[in-house]
Parts: sequence; C-alpha cells; structure tokens
Amino acid sequence: MSEILSAAVSIGFFGLAFAMVLYLISVGLSVTMGLMGFVNLAHGVFAMFGGYAVTTLMNSYGMPFWASLICAVVIVAMLSVAFERVLYRRLYGGDELDQVLLTIGLVFMSVAVAKYFWGPLAQLFQPPSELRGQVDLGFREFPAYRSFLIICGAVLVTGLWLALDRTRFGAKIRAAVDNLRMAQAVGINTSGLFTVTFALGSGLAALGGGLGAELLPIYPGYATDYLVYFLIVVSVGGLGSIRGPFLAALLLGIADTAFKYLLPEIGSFFIYALTLVLLMWRPRGLIGPS
Amino acid sequence: MTAVAERVVASAAETFARRHRFRWYEALPWLVAVAGYFAFPDYLALGSQILATILFALSVDLVLGYGGIITLGQAAFFGAGAYTAGLLAAHGMGAPVIGLLIAAVAAALVGLISGVVVLRTHGLTQLMMTLMVAVMLHEAANKANTVTGGADGLQGMEVGPVFGLFHFDLYGNTAYFYCLAALFICWFVMRRIVHSPFGRSLTGIRENEARMHAIGSPVFRRRLVAYTISAAMAGVSGALVAQTTQFVATDALGFERSGNVLIMLLLGGIGRLYGAFIGVPLYMIAQDRFAAIDPVYWYFWIGLLLVLMVTFARGGVLGIVDRVGAVLRRRR
Amino acid sequence: MHVQRTWFYGVAVAALGAVLAFPAAAETVKIGIITTYSGPLAPPGISMDKGLTLYAKLHSKDLPKGVTVEIIRRDDTGIAPDVAKRLAQELITRDHVNIIGGVVYSPNALAMAPVMTEAKMPFVDMNAAAAVLTTKSPYIVRDSFTLQQISMPMGEWAAKHGFNQAYTVVSDYAPGWDAEDGFKIGIEHDGGKVVGSVRVPVQNPDFTPFLQRVKDLKPKSLFIFVPGGPQSTQMMKTYNELNLKKAGITLVTTQDLLIDSELPKMADIPLGVVSSGSYSAAATRPANKAFVTAWHKEYGANDVPDFVAIQGWDGMAMIYDLIKKTGGKFTGDEAMKILKNYKTTESPRGPFMIDPLTGDIVQNIYIRRVEKIDGKLANVEFETFPMVKDPWKQMHAAAK
Repeated sequence: MSEILSAAVSIGFFGLAFAMVLYLISVGLSVTMGLMGFVNLAHGVFAMFGGYAVTTLMNSYGMPFWASLICAVVIVAMLSVAFERVLYRRLYGGDELDQVLLTIGLVFMSVAVAKYFWGPLAQLFQPPSELRGQVDLGFREFPAYRSFLIICGAVLVTGLWLALDRTRFGAKIRAAVDNLRMAQAVGINTSGLFTVTFALGSGLAALGGGLGAELLPIYPGYATDYLVYFLIVVSVGGLGSIRGPFLAALLLGIADTAFKYLLPEIGSFFIYALTLVLLMWRPRGLIGPS
Repeated sequence: MTAVAERVVASAAETFARRHRFRWYEALPWLVAVAGYFAFPDYLALGSQILATILFALSVDLVLGYGGIITLGQAAFFGAGAYTAGLLAAHGMGAPVIGLLIAAVAAALVGLISGVVVLRTHGLTQLMMTLMVAVMLHEAANKANTVTGGADGLQGMEVGPVFGLFHFDLYGNTAYFYCLAALFICWFVMRRIVHSPFGRSLTGIRENEARMHAIGSPVFRRRLVAYTISAAMAGVSGALVAQTTQFVATDALGFERSGNVLIMLLLGGIGRLYGAFIGVPLYMIAQDRFAAIDPVYWYFWIGLLLVLMVTFARGGVLGIVDRVGAVLRRRR
Repeated sequence: MHVQRTWFYGVAVAALGAVLAFPAAAETVKIGIITTYSGPLAPPGISMDKGLTLYAKLHSKDLPKGVTVEIIRRDDTGIAPDVAKRLAQELITRDHVNIIGGVVYSPNALAMAPVMTEAKMPFVDMNAAAAVLTTKSPYIVRDSFTLQQISMPMGEWAAKHGFNQAYTVVSDYAPGWDAEDGFKIGIEHDGGKVVGSVRVPVQNPDFTPFLQRVKDLKPKSLFIFVPGGPQSTQMMKTYNELNLKKAGITLVTTQDLLIDSELPKMADIPLGVVSSGSYSAAATRPANKAFVTAWHKEYGANDVPDFVAIQGWDGMAMIYDLIKKTGGKFTGDEAMKILKNYKTTESPRGPFMIDPLTGDIVQNIYIRRVEKIDGKLANVEFETFPMVKDPWKQMHAAAK
C-alpha cells in the first residue's frame, strides 16, 4: 500500500515539475500567438537565446544565477523589439503561411548562429548552490530545483493572469486583439501595444529557456527539437488565454509522467495520443474563445 | 435579350474552357527536365530526388493551395508509401510499378482514415492534428522493428528492373526517367482534377466555406476526397524515393520532411500547380550548393533566403512573376 | 595605374593556372567524406571531421613523393539515407573519388552499402555502429565499434564484481536495443541476471519517471545506454537528482553516456561511475598523449576529443596506410585487401585490427571509472578486455 502511495507521490511531484517546465517555455508563445495572432514558430529561438545568455553570463562572467536570469530576459526582450520592428510588423494580420515561412527562416538561422558562437554541444548549466540537492519535507525528499520550478510556474501564472485580466494594459491588449480597428478608433496606440506585447512574449520565452535549462539543455537544435512541445501546450490550452496553457501543461505533464512510469513501453506514444484526443474533444482548446 | 444572355453564357463557358487548355508554358518544366538530363549527366541522382520531391510538394499544393487545409504532417503519407514499397521489395515483390500503385493505395487509406478525424477542425488545431498523426506513425515505425527494421531502417530491399527491362543504375539514368514519368502522370491527373468542377468547388470551399455550405456543396466529403488523393500522391512520391534509394528508414515519416516540403512549396507559390516546379528545384539546388560550399553553416544562408523572400517577395517566385506581369500590363 | 592593374591580373591568372595545373601532373588521391555537418544531429559529425582533418594535416609529409590528398566533404544533414546514398553516387560518378569515409548514422551507411558494391568503392565507416552493416557489402571496413562489442564486456565485468542483478534502461531505437542485448549476453555469461528493463523514447525531455521506477525496484545495478550528447547529460543529472547512488544502485554504462566531450557539462555528478568504452581522452598511452596534445594545440585547450574524433583520426590513418602501401594507385579490390588486413598498435586507443573475414574492427575494450584529474573529470581506464570481436557476428555465424 505504501508503495502505491509512494509511486503516486512520485508521479504527482515529477509530473508537476515537468508540467511547469512545459508551461514556462510555452507561455510566451501563447502570448504572441494567442494574443497577437502571429504564428511564431521562432518562439524557441528566443527561449534558446535566453538560455544561452543565462549560461554564458554565469559560466564566463561569473554572474550569479538571479542576475543572469534578469539580464537574459532584458536582453532578449530588447532584441525582440528590433525583430518586431524590422520583420514581424510587416506580417501582422497577413497570411499565416508568410508568418510560418518567416519564422522558420529565423529558426534555421538561429541553429547556425548558435553553433557558430557556442559550438555544437549543449551548455553547462548548474543551479545556484541554494537550489541544489534535496529538500526534506519530513516524509520524503524532493529535488530542490524541481520544487523551485513548481513555485516559479505558480507565481508566473498568477502574475500574468492578474496583469492581463486585471490591469488597464491587459484590457487594452484584449481590446486590440478582439477588434483592432475599434481599438484604434478609441485611441489605443495599437502599434506600441503590440511591440510591448511581443517583447513580453519573448522575455517570457527567455525566462523559460533560462529556468528550464536544467531539464531542457541549451544547444543549437533547441528551437526545432522542442517546437512540438510548445505547439502542443498552446494548441491544447487554447489561443488567447493565460490559464488555458497552464491547465494543458498540468494535464499533459502529469499524464505523460504517469504513463511513462506505469507503462513505459508505450509511454512515448501517450503524449501525442492524448493531444490528439484532447483536440478532438475541444478543438478550440481547453479554455479557448467560444 | 435572350441573345445577349446566351452570348454571356457562351463567353463565360468559353472563359472556363480556356482555362483547361494547355498553354505553351506548361510544356516548359518537361522540356527543362529532358534538357537537364542531357546538360547535367553528372547530376541525375539529385535530379531524380528533385523530381520525386516535386511530386511530394504537388500533393501538399492540392490540400493546402486548393483545399485550404494546413498540414504539417504530409510525411505520414510519404512514409506510408515508402514503407509499403519497401516492404513489398523486401518480401520478394520488387516490381517497381506495381509497388508504386500499391503504395498509392496504402497511403490513400492512411489519408482517408486520418482525414475523417483531421478535417473536422480548422487552423492551428488542424495543423497540430496532422502533425500528431505523422509523429505517431513515426513512433510506430520505430517501435515495430520486426516489421520495419526500426531506426536502423528496413533491411533486404531488392527492387527489380522497371518493366523487367531497366535496372536502377549507379548513374541514376533509370531513376531519373522513372521519377519523371511518375511525376508527369500524377501532374496530368492533378491538372484534370484542379480544372474539373470538383476542383472548382474545392477552391470555392477554400475561399468561402459558409457559402459553399449554403449552396449545398458537400464540403466535408469534398475535402476528404481531396485529402485522400493528396495522400495517394505523397505515397507515390515516398515509394519513388524508397525504390530509387533501395532503402527506407524512419526519417521518411519525420517532422523535418513535412516542414521542408512546405517551405519549398511556399517558396514557389501555392495554389498554382506550378509552385512546386519552381520552389523545389530552387530550394534543393540552393541547399546542395550552399552545403557544398559551407557544409556546417548552410542552414544560415537558406534561413536568410526565406526571411528575405517573405520580407521582399511575398507569394513566392510565382508571386513575383504575377506582380511583374501586372506592372507590364499596366504600362501597356 | 590602369596598366599596372591589368598586369597584376595577368600574373594572378597565370599563377592560378599554374596552381591548378600542377597537382594534376602528380598523383592526387581523392577522399570523399560523407558525414553530418549541419542540423541538430551534427555534433558527432563535426567531431569526426576534426579528427580526420587533424590526422591529414599532421601526416601530409608522410605521403609518398608526388602524392597529394584531396578531401571532398559532403553533408548528409542528419539521418537521411536518401541524401547519403545520393552523395555517395555523386562522389563516385561526378567527383571520381578513390575512397569514401565517414558517416555517423547507421541508416545512412546501410543505404550506401549497395552503391559501394556496385562501384567497387572502398568505404571506411568511421562511426555507424549497426552490427549488420559490414555484412552488407564486401567493400566496407569499420573502425568504430558495434554496441554489443562495447556493452558485452560491461555485463561481464558487472557480473564478476557483485553487481549481478541489473536493471537496464536504454534508448528505444536500434542502437539502444543492441546495447541492451550485448549487456545481457555479457552479464549472463558470468552468472548474472537482468531483472528488468525499460526502453525510453529517443527524444525525451524528462527521464525522471523511468529512473524513479528503477529506484522503487531497488536492483543492485543499473545499466544505461543513451546516445552521447545533451541526452546523456540529462540522464546523468536525473540519476543524481533522484539520489540513486545513495539508494545503493550502482550505475554501469557505455562510453556514450560519459562521452568525453560532454563530461565537462556534468559537474561532479558522474564521479566514480564505471563504464566500458573503446577510447578515453584520459588514457596514458604515449600515442594518446601525443594525440591529445596535438588536439589541444589545434582546437584549443578546452576542446576535448571523444571516441568519434578518434574514429575519424584512425579512419584517416587507415586510408593513409593504404596510400603509402600502393603509392596512391589502387583499385577497389586491391584497397580492400590492404584495408581488411589493417593492424596497428599505435592508435591513441591502443592496438586494433580489422577482421579480414568480416571487415569489422577487433579492439581493446576498456573498463573506466570517472575520476578527477587536475580538477577536470576524466574516464580513467583500469581494466582491459583485450581484442574483443563483435559478438553479434560470432553468434550469427554460429547460428549458420
């Protein structure tokens, strides 16, 4: 009996931790793709460069983890503004296929650029000493960094939800997404708004890349190899929602972990099959626009 | 009054009939293909891969360009065809043409079954579903190693000579003409489909689905038929690659294959039947050249090409041709 | 000014002409290298290229007089058998190479095999590890390994040292199955037993569910195979995070998990872990010391050669040996006679030879332990299984 309980606790904890990583790396995409309607397949590029910034600042410049993380988010968000102004802006409201082509082009370039500057291998990432080792919760020990990730995910989803649902800024974005012309007519600076939103999405990507580097290592193939995961979380969650992807990440992360633990032989199928079933059940996502 | 109406109807009919007529430029790809054979005898292996990939891109054009179905999972059908042809050849049925036909049927079946599920949705959801189907088939092929050979690939394929006469040779002569013939036949069929009332109704569904529902067009069934035909064509393409390579591995079902073919088609231009003929050679030759000059970083150059293309030349190569054409006409 | 420039161009063109014309007069051996240079799967390909390039650079003076070597590199872009086969065809029919080498991934090499037979083209496989490969064409020799060859000694060692109840965790694709197979043969040979096994997806972001399962079952030892690269680092981190060591589960593995180029990324986690492998950068053989020094000089002090690099190096050594013995002129059959009888004691990995019957490599397999040397992790060899043959071929020959 205690064995079953122990297995259940394991599945619950590691599933939750994996779910948070999925959420952290995908939430930025649900902002750009969901709120701005831009098919941004290059989301992983921003996450990857966030991860490179964190590891480089820590390993080569000896910066502390927290400072590197903040720097990485700022650097990537600023860079993304340049991208938005020069490239993305031209395609707003345009053909989705053009957006696909542009962002795949960026992904290809990022693979080569990352390899040129950082070499083909994965980056060394070591959590700060206070987040290494185990946390003892009395009845059982849990890995510290994963516990930390779970807290991060919870904080982030609350913060974002408050920011987008409860502030003027959030209301403006939602207005612009629902009806661009009307928003412009009532005097909202939609151009500036979209730039800020895009920077927010990319900054979140960088945060996810940096925080998640312990589980999803930073290497040149990052943007392509994890693309499927980003897309799964966002599409199952539903576009234009903050809580949707969170729910989707929870569901997929825990279910995936459970299946891999209980039925490892078919574990790899499971996340895909579950996605397919969820999409059949709720084509617009768990929490999507009606 | 009736005379005028009759004339209007007649001229409309004339306009539509004219669309089906062969134009001089439609012979160009085939002339280029034959000329290419004599001009670049050292590049036939690349040539036959380009021809097979054009067919693959053409299959995507049918669903995406004409049906408006966004797919990131076309490799599912390519792989189904490739493995069918491969398994036949590995079990003593190496006659290539029969292999192609059976591969087409097998891939069409996969298309039909997955289409029933996939085509009920739209946009991102649809794209994800096509992707999930392909990813799951990829996993299945990896797992079923007793049948498929798993990640090491299918062992023991023996492909016979075409019509019992032409062996697949080292220089790729047979492969080139074999692929060219298959492409020509599929192109011809697709051209007929696109210009038929069925093809017109597909375009109608793409442009305004609600309206097609309103006029009583069986939207779902039409889309399913298009999806199935497209799957069959992708299957033929996969079988061509499997037979000319005499090898199949799980990469035939890979995500990269679906993504690359989409890029190639978009480069050429979608919904025009000829986008594939321009985009695929452009991409594959560029890739071959970039990769020979800069094997490690060629990804950068091809990525830059895509970004520039979207920024300055939307609608692919044929989009540019259109715009130049429009400017010239205005001048006149 | 204008006249001067014209004059300058004239000289330049003449000089270029001379450069182009000159080697044609001498004997040029063209070596076609097909490997993975681009995309996410490129790291081993690049490592291989570094190894073979370094060999060619350091040994060009050893070539017979008047013979030059031209290396033609082609990128197969990853696991893409159709591309690899086409590149092989093109190297033969268009570039007229004399010999082909390289290839990281088995499907690519397997697709190329019939081309080699048809063109009678010698092919030195410098990594692709599917056991069946060398039986697919008489024109293939392999200087890398098969996974059974590496993992079988690990199984024997584990059984002999009290870790006789093992659980295996391998990547769920052909190389993983081969490793699992070899380990099982080894451990059972010496009276041990595999008490359970699990296969993990090749593309897998989180290994915790699988390792947690192992932890709950408490076997004496755990054998892991995952391909070298980011996956191996992740597996090691998970092993550490779940505290399997403290739970009394001893990890044994192959050189892939502890690949030298990834070791610096693993912090102190793998200290003490035992693995089997054909090469370690930390080996103290003089040949290896010289090799590692040359490597650092060429690629920087922080760049560590791994077993794929050494396979590139040794593959080139085999080709250079062939050129020396033939003066640079050879047919496919002559080349194979020499390549299949290749034998050396001077490789950085120690002695190895090619089995003339199978074309496959026979080499020492070392048991190594991760230790800290000069503040850096290293795989320190402490036991040798001398001249191990590929068990798969021996078993299948016996079955026939």
